[in-house]
Amino acid sequence: MRIPLSALIGLVMTGLFVLSALFAPWIAPYPIDAAVGQVWEGPSAQYWLGTDTIGRDILSRLIYGGSVTIFVALVSSLLSFGMGAFFGFLAATRGGWIDTGLSRIVDLMMAVPSLIVALVVLSVLPLNLTVLILVMGVLDSTRVFRLSRAVAADIAVMDYVEAAKLRGEGQGWIIFREILPNAMSPLVAEFGMRFIFAVLFISTLSFLGLGIQPPLSDWGGMVRENKDGLVYGKAAALMPALAIAVLAISVNLVADWILQRTSSLKGGRGG
Amino acid sequence: MSSELNHLLSLASAGKMSRRDFVGRAGALGVSTAVAGTMLSTAAFADTPVKGGLLRAGMQGGESTNTLDPALAASDVPFMINSTWGETLVDVELNGTLGLRVAEEVSSNADATQWMFKIRKGVEYHNGATLTAEDVVATLKRHTDDKAQSGAQGIVKGITDMKAEGDMVTLTLAAGNADLPFLMADYHLVIQPGGGVDNPAAGIGSGAYKIVEHEPGVRAAFEKHANYWDSSRGHADQVEILTINDNTARTAAIQAGQIHLMNRIDPKIVELLKGNTDVAIERAAGPGHYVFIMRCNAAPFDNNDLRMALKMSVNRQEMVDKILGGMGSRGNDFPINAAYPLFDDSIAQREYDAAAAADFYKKSGHDGSPILLQVAPGAFPGAVEAAQLFQASANAAGIPLQVKLEPDDGYWSNVWNVSPFCASYWGGRPVQDQMYSTAYLSTAEWNDTAFKDAHFDEVMIAARGELDQTKRKGMYSEMANILRDTGGLICPMFNDWVEGRRNEVGGWIANPAGTLMNGKAMSMCWLNA
Amino acid sequence: MHPLIKLVAQRIALGLILLLAVSVVIFLGVEMLPGDTAQAILGQSATAESLANLRESLGLNQSATTRYFNWLGHALQGDLGKALTNQQDIAHAIGQRLGNTLFLAACAGIIAVPMAITLGLIAARYNGRWPDKAISGVTLAMISLPEFVAAYFVIFLLTQVIPILQPVSMVFPGMGLFEKLHAVALPVIVLVMVVLAHMMRMTRAAILNVMQSAYIETAELKGLSPMQVIWRHAMPNAVAPIISVVVINLAYLVVGVVVVEVVFSYNALGQYLVDHVAKRDLPVVQAVGIIFAAVYIGLNILADLIGIIANPRLRHPK
Repeated sequence: MRIPLSALIGLVMTGLFVLSALFAPWIAPYPIDAAVGQVWEGPSAQYWLGTDTIGRDILSRLIYGGSVTIFVALVSSLLSFGMGAFFGFLAATRGGWIDTGLSRIVDLMMAVPSLIVALVVLSVLPLNLTVLILVMGVLDSTRVFRLSRAVAADIAVMDYVEAAKLRGEGQGWIIFREILPNAMSPLVAEFGMRFIFAVLFISTLSFLGLGIQPPLSDWGGMVRENKDGLVYGKAAALMPALAIAVLAISVNLVADWILQRTSSLKGGRGG
Repeated sequence: MSSELNHLLSLASAGKMSRRDFVGRAGALGVSTAVAGTMLSTAAFADTPVKGGLLRAGMQGGESTNTLDPALAASDVPFMINSTWGETLVDVELNGTLGLRVAEEVSSNADATQWMFKIRKGVEYHNGATLTAEDVVATLKRHTDDKAQSGAQGIVKGITDMKAEGDMVTLTLAAGNADLPFLMADYHLVIQPGGGVDNPAAGIGSGAYKIVEHEPGVRAAFEKHANYWDSSRGHADQVEILTINDNTARTAAIQAGQIHLMNRIDPKIVELLKGNTDVAIERAAGPGHYVFIMRCNAAPFDNNDLRMALKMSVNRQEMVDKILGGMGSRGNDFPINAAYPLFDDSIAQREYDAAAAADFYKKSGHDGSPILLQVAPGAFPGAVEAAQLFQASANAAGIPLQVKLEPDDGYWSNVWNVSPFCASYWGGRPVQDQMYSTAYLSTAEWNDTAFKDAHFDEVMIAARGELDQTKRKGMYSEMANILRDTGGLICPMFNDWVEGRRNEVGGWIANPAGTLMNGKAMSMCWLNA
Repeated sequence: MHPLIKLVAQRIALGLILLLAVSVVIFLGVEMLPGDTAQAILGQSATAESLANLRESLGLNQSATTRYFNWLGHALQGDLGKALTNQQDIAHAIGQRLGNTLFLAACAGIIAVPMAITLGLIAARYNGRWPDKAISGVTLAMISLPEFVAAYFVIFLLTQVIPILQPVSMVFPGMGLFEKLHAVALPVIVLVMVVLAHMMRMTRAAILNVMQSAYIETAELKGLSPMQVIWRHAMPNAVAPIISVVVINLAYLVVGVVVVEVVFSYNALGQYLVDHVAKRDLPVVQAVGIIFAAVYIGLNILADLIGIIANPRLRHPK
């Protein structure tokens, strides 16, 4: 199997991010909460990426922040994907009251402004990583549900699906063997996006005081901490923003590659 | 040039102070007679108020839920808007002296239990009616009433009787209070026609500008009140107060000239903003302070050794440098600083001492479980960062302090004054008595540290009626020491007002009693063409 | 009756029931939040006495059910009531702000949707070659900036470095169209940046997915140009997922732009909702929540219809 260059870059970068996240305590030059320097120092030999709004080493915080960001974003987007795609396919294949029921529940969830939902859920439930991931996953799964239902509805009326139904295949077979492979491309593309949105969503929650607890901070939260320097060209806010962008592009390079491989699996041309 | 000198200069050039007086006062500030004379002749040219134009301020601290009812004003924008269309009996001027507005004379009996306010003649409301002593009494009554929802309710409580006779308002108190006139400067107590009973949010008052349009949380537009009584105020034809809550956008707007004045420059960007030649940064050291409050009746903070351990483990200088960008001063664990009259500056400054903190901590016998400090971004600007600095310096002393981030939403009702240890701020009050009786008297409604000390209360009540200033200062000093060594207040820093003014704006006089010249910037500033 | 009209009628009826459900959910949600309007209004200056007074005058001491049905009764007659916090007439305040919200969303949508679909088609046409990679890379980088970073970046660039636009975007009645467009230019740029990538990537993926089908090969063998194949043969079959994503993004432009509103001090519904949620001002939260829900539900009915009309198989179910 030949891996194209872009996918290789994506894989290596993603791998580096994951490794540095896993081994954060051993790699980071300074503790996460120690104010070691002055406010907003530029990059130097001592602080490779400079210092933040109260003089903490940005590189160290990026490394620690990476583990939180990647973990929460990954798990919650996997969750939203599993739930959303499953129920979306189920609704599309079964139709009837299951479709109507599920679609209306999702409509209801999406129709209520998400700020209110997030505020209510997170002020009523205890605040920890599990709850945070569950809330983000469930809220986001509504979007995935709509997309996968739309894709699957198109596929479900295809002749080969009709044929499988006539053959008497079970629900599971139809979902996993007929629809899933054919719906893979848009879903994989969507997964890349969902992952980025999850990273951004954590930062919004952190800003509302409902996200990651200090001194830990996710990357989006770090951008927020340092945002006031942005207009004056202070790099402190750009570093975490850059980290988000690079991670996002890496993940999506990998997603693109998978997308191409899945399309070639279908026996189409090229590939 | 110091702001006081500036103030004198503007008085002199406006003809409100004789040349001789000016040179004398300037001499007291260390300016030679010759220099003072030259200053006056150039200033007289530069500092003559220019009439006309549209003066715009962009401010943080407004919401679309705001109203024009002065009783319900709580944040900066409503304060500013109300101060622009309305006036109080008196106000607090530069150096904490009393300025006369609707009242033209204030006097009291010997034991300060009865106060007389003579109402200025010919003060006209925006609706054409004339302001009377009856209006003043009706206004005060509305705020005192049991049915009232006023933020000033606590302030006017001590008044047992109010009377209007001719142009004289007489207030009788249950106990003597030498500071009563200062209480009448409270921004809730804007004088309204008929006391504002019929329509409290009408926005009709006797201020220099009348409201033409008001969209809460967005914009208030005013035009000059043609029959305003004080010709030394109200220079621009129109003024506007825009709510711009985002720091960066507000700063960008003043740099781009979209607004002329702004409140709350983030201290972190002051250094960066100094490079801009169009915008001057105005500082005023005031009584506002950022605090961490421990409730003295809740475990583990019911143990004074633990409280002392936490007080010793704050690195105050670091906070002033990093949270305030140097625009402020260190606190000393009582809520008073040099901005107050009768402040005792001989009380020793508390320093960061990890070893002493560790000793106190050991003595307290605390079990070593995490001590939670609850904080929200909106507790004060930089609150989360300050809490993290506190955590780091306390952990270095072996105290297991841990920060818990709370949502801004609901912070003031669910965390502040409820949880045992959290971040907060106080804007300060014009006089010491008012600050202490608002938050440190055993029975005070806003005693957010649950500090109860019978002796402290006695001294406070005694000081209130004490007319001998030396004795009074001694009493305040004793109270400060009690609070500093046994109270639940950790006061690491006093924050300066840091505000922005474009260079074309004239007439600025720093007034530390409140934001943007204590709310008077729109009435007292003008636009140089 | 034509089956399509019957379907529309059904969906609208369902939508109305859904709106009712939304109002119940929002009511319960706000009730569950700690604190109430009286506490929120008085904030740090609350005393037990002033709290009690305010609660009574706002009618907060009635039971929750009474308050809900009171509200519902009035709302069904078109009376949205007054805000608890400042006694403003809600319908009046919302009318103006809703106009501002729709104005901003329309400006951004008109630019972003055609741009995203065109870029998506180009990327699909040149799949795997440099135009595809360039478009994907740039849009990805744009979307991975948090909204407020994008906002500060354009503020820095277009009001400080090249001072041609203004950082504060408030619009008022009485402003001319050109004046308004000038005022909202910065937020529109940011919103286009934010929604572009999502729609563009979905267009590209959906087209590529269809391009594998046998009938596309047939079309190519007929000698049609690649762009013609994509436009005439692939597009109709890829339309459902694309519309689904477009709708999500349009709905977002209406209901989800509060961060942009805050940064540019734009006086629209999002900021209005957030302020009133913080104050637990139920009638306002209800009214804005219902409007947001109605926009969302309406756009979805539209999306389903377009999906059905575009896909012949769905149009004539077996």
